[in-house]
Parts: sequence; C-alpha cells; structure tokens
Amino acid sequence: MVKNEINLKRREVVKQIVDNRCEAKIISGLGSPTYDVFDTGDSDSNFYLWGAMGGSTMIGLGLAMANPNLPVIVITGDGEMLMGVGSLATIGVQQPKNLAIIVLNNGYYGETGMQKSHTSFGVHLDKIAEASNFKNSFLVNTHNDFYNLLNYLPPKNGPIFGNINIEPQNPPRSLPILDGVELKNRFRKSIGLKAS
Amino acid sequence: MSTKRKINITNWENNLFDIIKKHNVDFLPYVPDAGHAKLISLSEKDHFIKPIVLTTEEEGIAFSSGAWLGGKKSVLLMQSSGVGNCINMLSLLTNCNFPFVALITMRGEFGEFNSWQVPMGQATQSCLESMGVVVHRASNPIEVESFTDAALYSAFSSDQQIAVLLSQKLIGRKEW
Repeated sequence: MVKNEINLKRREVVKQIVDNRCEAKIISGLGSPTYDVFDTGDSDSNFYLWGAMGGSTMIGLGLAMANPNLPVIVITGDGEMLMGVGSLATIGVQQPKNLAIIVLNNGYYGETGMQKSHTSFGVHLDKIAEASNFKNSFLVNTHNDFYNLLNYLPPKNGPIFGNINIEPQNPPRSLPILDGVELKNRFRKSIGLKAS
Repeated sequence: MSTKRKINITNWENNLFDIIKKHNVDFLPYVPDAGHAKLISLSEKDHFIKPIVLTTEEEGIAFSSGAWLGGKKSVLLMQSSGVGNCINMLSLLTNCNFPFVALITMRGEFGEFNSWQVPMGQATQSCLESMGVVVHRASNPIEVESFTDAALYSAFSSDQQIAVLLSQKLIGRKEW
C-alpha cells in the first residue's frame, strides 16, 4: 500500500461500523481492534478477544453458522488475520451469508513496537479472501471505498471481506474486562441462551 | 488380532456416531485422519450433523467456541499430530470455560512405522493436560464409546474441556 494516500483512522472507521451494526454481533481480535471496539461503548453483544491469536475469524464462523439469521462482524488486525489466514479458506468452503471479516490493516504489529507485517511487503489480504471464494472482497483506501463497504454491513449476502488500509497510529488504549467467562456468559444471554 | 485398520474400525465407529447424535451435536469440525474416516463419511450423509473441514486443528477450537456462543455443540476430530498446533488456542477454552470435546486418533505409539509421528504422539497427552484439558485414553471399543458418551455429557452440562484419545491399538496400525 502507498502510505501517503492512506487517511482513514482506525477509531473513526470502527465507530461507523459499530454505529451501523443494527442487530449484528461483533467479535474483536486481540490488541488494538479490541480496544477500538470497546472505545465505541461497551455492549453485551461484543465478544472481545485478549488472546487466542488467529482465532477471531473462526469464532465468527462458528457463531455465524450456529445462527444463520444473526449477522456477525469480525473486526481484527492484519497481524491476527495473517496468523489465521487459512481460516479464509475454511470460511470460503462454508459460505456463511451472515458473516463479514473486517481487517484494520495498518501494515504493522502495533502492540509489539510497530514491526512491519507482511501487508507492508506486498501481501494483499483482500486478494486472498477473493481467491478463497468470499462473495465480496473489498480493498478500502478512501472514504468513498469505506462508505461503499458500509453498504454491505451488517452482512446479509456474505461472506464479506473488507481490507481497510488505515493510518498506522496507536490511539490511547481503551480496555474492556479481561474475564473471559463473564464475556461468554453475557454474550450468550444477549441472544437468549442461558449463561453456561 | 488383525492389524488391518479396515477390520478394526467397523462397529465402534458406527456406535460412536450414534453417541454423538444422541447428544445432539451440531458440528464436526475436522482435520481428517484415517481413523475418523467413517465418522466424517457418516456426517456427510446426515441431515443434522454438519462436518466442517479445517485447514489446521486450532481453527476447530475457535470454531467450537464460536458455535457455543451461539448455542450449538461441536466435536473436534483430529489426529495426535494436530494437538501441537492447538496449544495456545486451548487458552481460549480455559480463559472462557468453553465446553469442548475432541476425539483424537493416536499416531506415534503402538507399532508405528513412521518415526516422524513419534515425538508429537508421545507428547500428546501431556500437552493437552498442560493446557488444562482432561484426557481419557481409550484402548478398546467399549472404552471409546463410554468415554465419548461421558465426555459429551460432562462438557456440555458443566463447561468442561475433555479429549478422548483413540489409541493406535484400538484403531489398528497403519499398514505400509
């Protein structure tokens, strides 16, 4: 990606996705995406990951397949997406209409000191998703690109992939609870299931 | 006793599928193994249970957890070599207390020809236990059926994480 053309900011992008979520459930990948989602306001319909790197997309797939009428949006970073990149092929096999994978792609491992990730070296995640048979895969560089992507959220005719190139910046951390059992129980209650 | 896998796997695999159905399992995420072939094939023909092919085993742990967030049950099928791929993802289960059942066919033990299978096969049980997963090792058809039935009951009634190891003695040596 060409850095000087990127002016989308992660918190603004995530806030607009969350503001337009309607009934969608959100899974956030560890590190900044979890802080970004929490920073828009806490919700029982959010499942924040603090670890399990590489797992957010498959948690999203499991949830989406368990409830085909419930829209599910996974919001993660390029680093986590790369670790679980095989999951794009697994999602491509299942073709969940109600699943969207949104990657906040800054080209860096922000949590560990801004080391460059593969996407800084010419690896294109949206093309991997497209080749994995996602219904629609978007490369988002501009505000117009982003507004176009928003038309496809919450997902109804997925799987949708959005590779959003964002400015490499680290806004102040905004930390949700760490208690995984509580996160699980309140999430299940939000869709009418008993806690455990 | 015959060492041909095809002779050893007939009845207990049918019974295992019936046990999984009895517990209303929805999904069978898997990385295939010859010892699971019958189970996978039965699930492909079943109207209720859906097999989910994975690229790597840890995907199945995350999938099972997501499905449970949505109220559905999964059983992960893999072979012992895949347990090493799963280690950090198992932290998702213990942090969140997600119910979890894995049926793991063993390689690298009884009569193994391929020495490359031995290190992970020998470390399988201790890796799982190190990450907080309860392990039952089944060495005959009666054990595999009763351990699987018990594991499904415990996992989904009280959020436990349980692996049933299907020993190489049970599934038979791979013929080369």
